[in-house]
Amino acid sequence: MNTATYRPSACPACDAAPAAEALAGRAALPNARLLLSVPEVHCAACISTIERDLSRMEGVNSARLNLTLKRLSVDAAAAVGVQDVIARLDRLGYDAHELDAGTLSMTETDKQGRELLMRLGVAGFAMMNIMLLSVAVWSGAEGPTRDMFHLISALIAIPTVAFSGQPFFRAAIKGLRAGRMDMDAPISFAIILTLIISIYETLQSGEHAYFEAVVMLIFFLLAGRYLDFRARAVARSAAQELAALEVPRAIRLVDGVESTVSVAELAVGDMVLVRPGGRVPVDGVVTVGKSEIDRSLLTGETLPAYAAEGCVVSAGEVNLTGPLHVRVMAAGKDSSLHRMADLVANAESARTRYTTLAERAARAYAPTIPLLSIGAFIVWMYISGGDLRLAVNIAAATLIITCPCALGLAVPAVVTAASGKLFRKGLLIKDGTALERLAEVDTVVFDKTGTLTMGTPVPANLDTHGATETCVALALADASSHPLAQALAQALRARGVAPARLDDVQEVPGYGIEGTWQGQRVRLGRAAWVGAPAREMTAAYLSIGTQTGAFTFTDALRPGAEDVVKGLQAQGKAVLLMSGDVPHVVRDMAQRLGIADWHAEALPQDKAARIAALHDAGHKVLMVGDGLNDTVALSAAHVSISPATALDAARAASDMVLLGRDIGPISDAMRIAGQSTRRIRENFVQSGVYNIIFVPIALLGFATPLWAAAVMSISSITVTLNALRLK
Amino acid sequence: MEVLTILIPVSLFLGFVGLAAFLWTLRKGMYDDPDGDSQRILNAQYDDAPKPVKRGEG
Repeated sequence: MNTATYRPSACPACDAAPAAEALAGRAALPNARLLLSVPEVHCAACISTIERDLSRMEGVNSARLNLTLKRLSVDAAAAVGVQDVIARLDRLGYDAHELDAGTLSMTETDKQGRELLMRLGVAGFAMMNIMLLSVAVWSGAEGPTRDMFHLISALIAIPTVAFSGQPFFRAAIKGLRAGRMDMDAPISFAIILTLIISIYETLQSGEHAYFEAVVMLIFFLLAGRYLDFRARAVARSAAQELAALEVPRAIRLVDGVESTVSVAELAVGDMVLVRPGGRVPVDGVVTVGKSEIDRSLLTGETLPAYAAEGCVVSAGEVNLTGPLHVRVMAAGKDSSLHRMADLVANAESARTRYTTLAERAARAYAPTIPLLSIGAFIVWMYISGGDLRLAVNIAAATLIITCPCALGLAVPAVVTAASGKLFRKGLLIKDGTALERLAEVDTVVFDKTGTLTMGTPVPANLDTHGATETCVALALADASSHPLAQALAQALRARGVAPARLDDVQEVPGYGIEGTWQGQRVRLGRAAWVGAPAREMTAAYLSIGTQTGAFTFTDALRPGAEDVVKGLQAQGKAVLLMSGDVPHVVRDMAQRLGIADWHAEALPQDKAARIAALHDAGHKVLMVGDGLNDTVALSAAHVSISPATALDAARAASDMVLLGRDIGPISDAMRIAGQSTRRIRENFVQSGVYNIIFVPIALLGFATPLWAAAVMSISSITVTLNALRLK
Repeated sequence: MEVLTILIPVSLFLGFVGLAAFLWTLRKGMYDDPDGDSQRILNAQYDDAPKPVKRGEG
């Protein structure tokens, strides 16, 4: 996506479309399902506008917008192309991208989530029913009544454990085969053993049966699993969406005939057509055509570069004004784009796998569960002089009380609460461990173009021009889709300037726009072509006859940029600015934001090397960047954030994505990350305290099923409430 | 205590009804788009008459 086309208001839908008739019973052609990502939808009006408008479109049977995933699925006749739908959405004011339905394979994730939810539901309903019966037992049911209640409980509990416990049993078997001791094995061990002992006790008319505790344990653990799964599913679907966004195609020219091929099929020497607005798919030399090239995503330069015959262009650059024929010099694996991807892969493999707090806790805690209960069994066998039933009962109580109900909820509850908070603030967490890593950060590195700035030019000196000049400039600028011309036209219209009447307006690719005004030739474009003295900054030059002028542009700061830098510095973090842009621009920006440490003209490797050096010095670095030139640095950093306007590759390489245009949520994210790590630790301490109090009780043989159920639910609820305290 | 012979089956039956209702909502995909559903209720489009059911939806 070109940053220049970024649209500020996401809800043009609010002046909604008139009512429409639903298209019922359309043509019986074979239908295709199209999937599109529409990142800007956010309200009820967005839903109705898009769905109504598309259902009126020729060939579309139905359109359904999923607001949770911000994804549109269109059921349409095969004749309807994705481009038509995208164009239609663009007219409504929404950016949309095609998603490859094959790559997404959402059904698989859906199925897993539903399966887990179903098991959770079954466990929940079984728990409620058993609990009803157990309350009767606890309040003093005796003899045959108690036995009957236990028996009914057993009849509910056995199928429930068999169905809902499967995720734990499967994971335990997998873990044991691989020779690992994680939480699943002791959990499964506890579930099965407690169930068997309870059934045995029921048949022997025993006093204690732990059916409700077993099912409750499964219920709470599954709740933790489900929250965890949901967090990961969101992350995975974001990642899949990014992969599905890249549909790399190129237009190959063979004897003047155009054909669309995949980039992988291109060979050195092929001729490729790059249309205005298109991304250059290969490294090559321009053979025909004149245009301007936007390199900002690749290098961070804000000024578009001129391209004509003989100029070298690289994959990833965006062609702005005229069509270009490019002879391929390097394609596929050898292209600069692919080399960048290799650098990213290297940086990623160098980043050591992060061990989460939950994993560390589980590793420390897992062996104590079976050890404690086996210890209890042996000691009680010795004390009671071989009373097997007593020893087994105490061992079961110990097992069920040590089982880490709260531990299973401790992390997922906090992560879910935190990511929900951040999503509402406009930050999407792609990686579950990102919050923990973010809490450790002490150094923040910002990219400039497109990250701290909007990446879109804003006219800076409109007031210095007279009425004639602005009218003529607006008329000329209207005729071009060049980002500078569009920015100029937009700003002039906003001031109420009316365009002058021009004749013979035409765009000269690579140079600008020209026309005739009251018999004089007028031009808006590059300095040399217009005949104006060139300036040091980004500018569009205007000539009316022999008179010349210049409209200068600045790159607008992203909203919240100043606050973020100040906020981070106030939190005691070191803030750096690294950009591929020319030194004086970077210096101005650094001074404006109060950043002392800045680097200009940094190549992608330089950025990554700098981050590696910081890392070696013991710093934990947060990288915020958007360009292709940042991807290596993003994947090398301890944790990384990119804005939604960033290039796909950059978003794919980062751990979090800023959904809005405001960069402010970054300091919120730092604060919430710190808080949530604290909450996770508190939760661990809480569940530890419960164990310290109740394990001795169980070991001494005083624990009853009521104790087990109470401890389990109270600890789970306090842990969840603690997670909800996040502000 | 004879009342138990009626009440226990009744409570179990109600439990199963609740479970079945939950599984039905799950199968129908009612948890697929919680954000969208909370917004769609504000939409007046189908207030007067329900949406015509088409094949391949729901």
